[in-house]
Amino acid sequence: MTASVLVRPRTKADAAPARKARRRLGPGRPLRFGAAVGPLVLLALWSIGSAAGWLDSRTLSAPWTVVTTARNLIAEGRLQDNLIVSAQRAGLGLLLGVLVGTMVALVSGLSRWGEAILDGPIQIKRAVPSVALIPLLILWLGIGEEMKVITIALGVFVPVYIHTHNGLRTIDSRYVELGEALRLRPAVFLRRIVLPGALPGFLLGLRFAVVAAWLSLVVVEQINSTSGIGYMMELARQYGQTDVIIVGLVLYGLLGLLSDGAVRFVQRRALSWRRTLAD
Amino acid sequence: MAAHAGGLTATRAVRVQGLARAFGTRTVLNGLDLEIRAGEFVALLGRSGSGKSTLLRALAGLDRGVSGAGLVDVPENSSVVFQDARLLPWQRVLDNVVLGMSGSDADARGRAALAEVGLAGRERAWPSELSGGEQQRVALARALVSEPHLLLADEPFGALDALTRLRMHELLRELCDRHHPAVLLVTHDVDEAVTLADRVVLLDDGRVAVDLAIDLPNPRSHRQPQFLAYRESLLRSLGVTPTEG
Repeated sequence: MTASVLVRPRTKADAAPARKARRRLGPGRPLRFGAAVGPLVLLALWSIGSAAGWLDSRTLSAPWTVVTTARNLIAEGRLQDNLIVSAQRAGLGLLLGVLVGTMVALVSGLSRWGEAILDGPIQIKRAVPSVALIPLLILWLGIGEEMKVITIALGVFVPVYIHTHNGLRTIDSRYVELGEALRLRPAVFLRRIVLPGALPGFLLGLRFAVVAAWLSLVVVEQINSTSGIGYMMELARQYGQTDVIIVGLVLYGLLGLLSDGAVRFVQRRALSWRRTLAD
Repeated sequence: MAAHAGGLTATRAVRVQGLARAFGTRTVLNGLDLEIRAGEFVALLGRSGSGKSTLLRALAGLDRGVSGAGLVDVPENSSVVFQDARLLPWQRVLDNVVLGMSGSDADARGRAALAEVGLAGRERAWPSELSGGEQQRVALARALVSEPHLLLADEPFGALDALTRLRMHELLRELCDRHHPAVLLVTHDVDEAVTLADRVVLLDDGRVAVDLAIDLPNPRSHRQPQFLAYRESLLRSLGVTPTEG
């Protein structure tokens, strides 16, 4: 990919002018497994660094140490237990945030009064990181699961709202006019025009939301937690177990990557009608 | 037109009286009267800015928020064809055609309508996979699938190339002979108006300036002397001096 970009101007100068290929402006055909290239390069650098001894094992454990530690943690059952707790928190918060964000975006996007009442407070909330609300949430809800799920939901809800609302508001007015000309019932208008029209925005919001969910999870699990990946890492910090911390980090990364991949997969399937620059 | 055979000649499809529309201080329609019989094909000509589209949008009920007065009486069951095909890009062709239809036979009627416009077999295609002419044919199928009593068309062929446009003229004529809707076709193309319409109405200054019945047998040809006479007279009314040829 980089090679072709670098080489092309040079060949242009050498080649006979008559056979000059037309410069391609789009990014070209998609690479197979293109998404895996970057992470694999990173992994290779890490392995080389550890094997060559450039990386102190107290600073960054070698990949193979991390794999062994992960295996041990799985054998003890600690990894699965913590992962399930974490996944539940993130999933519940994500679900709640996505539902509320979508509903509020619909109300605010489809009615002027809804927008007048809802949009302002949400913009204010948007300016306050949800992590900054944790002290207040602890006072209100205690340090139990509710606080954790609500914190995650608050982080998720904003991107879903912003992008769905934007998607709704940028639906071409010609389609609204079409709906009026066809005398569509409001429910049909919503199902056939509004929701599909806002879907690209919603899915973009969902991608941000998934990342936001894991992000909030990390924060809430390191506060007064007795379970979850974050707790496992926090405990490891107290005992100086770099490898366990890295297992946690890799796990967070994998979860983020996997969930983003899942949303992108849905995006590709659901938006197959679109012809874009990437095609 | 074929509708005369149906014995519905006397039935009135559209009645407009004293219609006035203004955008700000600019008066676009000024006390306009118009009637269209059931099954009658009326072409609406006029210079750009003469209020053709404003009239059509008033008939389609798409001019909320525009100030005006007057009586507009149109059939409940009317369809609109826009200049752009206006297909929902996220719905497949058949779903676009049956958009807003209910009932278990909606799909079957949609398929039949697509077959009528020569697009049988393309039901599952996305609109972006069709050519401009094909997209406009889908729009026609969508407009006619509900068997409207009035078809409102706002320069539906304006964005098509000349060859496709000729084919669409034939298709529209065929479809109208079969379904007998009253038609109001907004166009700026005098030839198109004389080719297709039973009557040509020319707007000027917010009123009907010319109301001309086109008494020509179908199919019509540009070479017929009467065709040329109608054409010349309409062009003159539009302020264009027709050149020879």
